[in-house]
Formats: sequence, C-alpha cells, structure tokens
Amino acid sequence: MVTPDVPSQPGLEGLERVVREEWGRLVALLLAQFRRLDLVEDALGDAVAAASRRWPVDGAPANPPAWLLTTARRRVVDRLRTEDVARRKEPMLVVDARQRQEGARTMADAGSLVEDDVLRLVLMCAHPALAPESASALSLRLVLGVPTADIARLFLVPEPTMAARITRAKKRIVGAGIPFGVPDASVLPDRIEVVAQTAYLAFTAGYAPGTGPDLLRAELSGEAVRLVRVVLGLRPDEPALVALLALMLLQHSRRDARLRDGRLVLLAGQDRSRWHHDEVAEATRLLSSAPLAGPVTPTTASYVLQARIAAEHATVASSDDTPWDRIVGLYDLLLQVSPSPSARLARAVAVAEDRGAVAGLAELEGLEIPDSHRPAAVRAELLSRAGDTDAARAAYDQAIAACRNDVERAFLEGQRAALRRPT
Amino acid sequence: MKYLVLLIGDGELKPWSEHDDEEQAAVMRQFEAFHAAVEERDGVEILAGEALAGPAHATTVRTRGGSTVLTEGPYTEAIEQMGGFYLVETPDLDALLELLRVLPPYDMQLSPAVDPY
Repeated sequence: MVTPDVPSQPGLEGLERVVREEWGRLVALLLAQFRRLDLVEDALGDAVAAASRRWPVDGAPANPPAWLLTTARRRVVDRLRTEDVARRKEPMLVVDARQRQEGARTMADAGSLVEDDVLRLVLMCAHPALAPESASALSLRLVLGVPTADIARLFLVPEPTMAARITRAKKRIVGAGIPFGVPDASVLPDRIEVVAQTAYLAFTAGYAPGTGPDLLRAELSGEAVRLVRVVLGLRPDEPALVALLALMLLQHSRRDARLRDGRLVLLAGQDRSRWHHDEVAEATRLLSSAPLAGPVTPTTASYVLQARIAAEHATVASSDDTPWDRIVGLYDLLLQVSPSPSARLARAVAVAEDRGAVAGLAELEGLEIPDSHRPAAVRAELLSRAGDTDAARAAYDQAIAACRNDVERAFLEGQRAALRRPT
Repeated sequence: MKYLVLLIGDGELKPWSEHDDEEQAAVMRQFEAFHAAVEERDGVEILAGEALAGPAHATTVRTRGGSTVLTEGPYTEAIEQMGGFYLVETPDLDALLELLRVLPPYDMQLSPAVDPY
C-alpha cells in the first residue's frame, strides 16, 4: 500500500507525540534562557494546554515544537512581568556565563548547542547531590515530561507526595547551587554513571512489587529505558549507558509474559513467544559492541554481568536448555564485582538448578534480606523439591507472612497448597 | 555563590596528631595545591579560611528562657572533629566540588550563603 504524501495535520495525537519527543529539549531551552526552574515547567504545561485547544481548531502549526517554545516563552515573560519586586529576588538557576552569552536559542537550532542543553538538563536532574529517588523522579518529569501521577505510581507513593518531592528537588537544585551545566571532562564519566544509576532506579521501581494489586508497572519502567536512550543519543560511547540499556532491554523484553490472568508467571513457565525478541537482539548487539570491549568500571561491569546472565536465559529455545553452569559462573563474577544478598540469592537458585535442590539450600545458609520474603520463598521451593514437605510448609508460611504484594502472595499460597498433604 | 566549607571530620585520614612530620608535610602540600588550583580558576576565590583549635577550646552558647548558658566544648559531638573552614566564592557547586578533590579527603559540609540582595 502506498501512503499518500499529505502534510500531516496533527490534532491531539500529534501533540502528544511532539510533547513526548521534544519535552526535554523545550525544558532545556527555556532553562538556558530564563534560569527559572520554578516557572519553566508550568509555562510549558500551559503551552501544551493551549495547543490542545488551538491545534484541533486552527490546524497544527508548521513547526509544532517551535510553536510550543514560543508560547511557553510568552508565558514565562508574562509571569516575570507580574512578579512583584520581592518576587524578583527569586533565586536563579546557575547557568554558565559563556553559555548565557550565546543568547536565546530556538528549536530551529537543532545542532549541537541544543543537544548540549539537553545534556546539561540530564546532568542537573541526576546530580549526585540530590537524593537518588528525587533525581530519578525529576529526570522523568523534566527530561521526558512523564506526568507526575505516573511517576507517583511508578514509585508507589501518593501523587501529592511525589509532586512535593519534585518541587523540593527543584528548590534544592537552585538553593544548593547545582548548575545547569556540563562538568569538567575529568568528572564527566562519573557523572554519567550517576545518570545511569538514576535511570536504573526508576526502571527497577517499575518492577518492584508493591503493596497492592498493581503488580506490574512495566510500561512505566519503559520510560526509564527511554531516558537511557535519550542520554545515549547524546553520549553514544559511554560504557555505563550501553551496558545499562542492554540490561534493561533484556529484563523489559519479558514484561508481557510475567503475568497470566492476573497471576505471576516465573521465568521457567513463561510463554517465550510473548517475549520481545527484537529487544533481546538489540541487547545482545549492545553487549558485543565496541564501548564494552575495553576495561570498564565496577558499576558498568556489574551491569554487563547481569545483562549476560539475562541473555543466557533469553537466548535459549526453552527453559530446559538453560546453561545453568555458565550462569553460576557469571554470578560468581558478579559477586566479586558487586557483592549483594540478592545476587547471592539468585546464585543459590542457579546452583539448585545446576546441581540440585540440596546444593542450592546449602548456598542459602545464613542468607537474609531485611523486609524481603524472597529468601524464605526460595528456601520453601527448594525444600519442597528436596522432599522435606514439613519444612517447606513452614518456609512458605514465613514467606507469605513477609510478602506485601497481593499477586505474589497469591502465588505463594498456591504453591503452599500444592504441597503434598501431611501423612 | 559563596559557600562555607566546613572541614568536619578526618574521614579516612588518621587524626592530625598521629601523622609523623613527613605525613604532615604531605597534607600541607595538599592544602597548598588546593590554594593554587583556586588561584588558577576563573571566578573562584577563597574569601577566608582558617584552621580551628580543637573541641576542648570551643565554647557553646545557648539561650533558653531568656538566659544565656555557656558550656565547654562543641555544639554537638558530630562536629567535635571540625578542623577548619573556608569561605569560597565560586560560580556553582560543581566547580567547588571539583576543586575540593585536591584537598585531603576530609568529611565536609558545604553550605551556600544566602544572598541578601
């Protein structure tokens, strides 16, 4: 079929796409010009609201992002005019003097200057002097334009709490003197690593089981993937970002297979045809790409190893073909690079698959994760496999008591009920 | 912006009194390197900076119910080790953080001064 070559007349759908793709650039341009972190977001929100009224009536403008930028600029200027003298003392964001002299840029200037502004925005939002959760939330809001309600759902807090957290973070940026700028080249790789950690925190928040029935907030985790893609677009050879994108894609590729009829499905039971195999392929390519060929930092190495483990699962035809011995070896390396109780737990599972339940149970010895039902759940499963039904039942009771997620608890209760009846 | 940089704790360094002469000289060279780095950097200036006497010489002043009470020693144990301070003019937090990497790795608190104008 031939698509007719007509100029697009985007109504609201077009607006949504423009907002999604251009939000960060628009925020960055407005910040570079006005340095008012407290006004820019509202002004842009007003501009989008105006567009949603005008575009369906007047037709979409020839250059939609430029229209939004111009409208938002007018809003900021209006606000500045109406501010009284006292408000004019409002502290301004620190912006590099040299950069200010470059003057007000426009959307037509699509070159490196605007790209630099987006990088400044990313580095400001994911600054190490901000609390990690604040940095994550602020990055999603300012760089990607994710609605506050969605960010709240991702991090499992009420919307007013998230709105307050974002406002506080913006005030802290201005008050602490966190600049809208790019730091010295000697510290830039460290700062990019903080950006990666910030994005990964948002990603894992979407997979962290909550207290309610909302088990999977995977489409929101997808926004964290988008954040990494945006930054990788600006710094294409940064090993931490390449490794993290591979890891996220591999984990994210299984999102549609993790739930069936509102019930959790473990890896082995998942319908592999529902995995996003294009994302697996992209991740595999990333893992063997040039930026990861050289020596990398411990953080990057831990992303790479976790991604390799996920890739071992993702690239076999059925779960029976999983190379558990190789996976145990990768966990051994991961524990050297970045020891953690959850990595030890995952290694114990792999050992059980490779060498049997008894060997896995031995690896669980002394392993505890505060406030987590997972060690008990794994112990229960392995005890059941080892034929110790009574001990398995006790371990399931322990796991069920500690579990705060409805869907996961239902799964554990099902497993417990399926144990052989006491004789 | 102006920042008060409080050198609060020794961090991973051993206490000053446990440094031998050569080690003390090495630490002093790091302070000199910090001053030199600030000197070279446009827009950054040390407005004041002093080493402080130990906690035994500190006096704490508290006014409660209208009467002033003086006590010996530092305000809290947390700042017992506070060894010195700088008042630094700098364009932003990143420029300051970059320069502070030249100093010995003390635990520090960086507090921006409020601009009254």
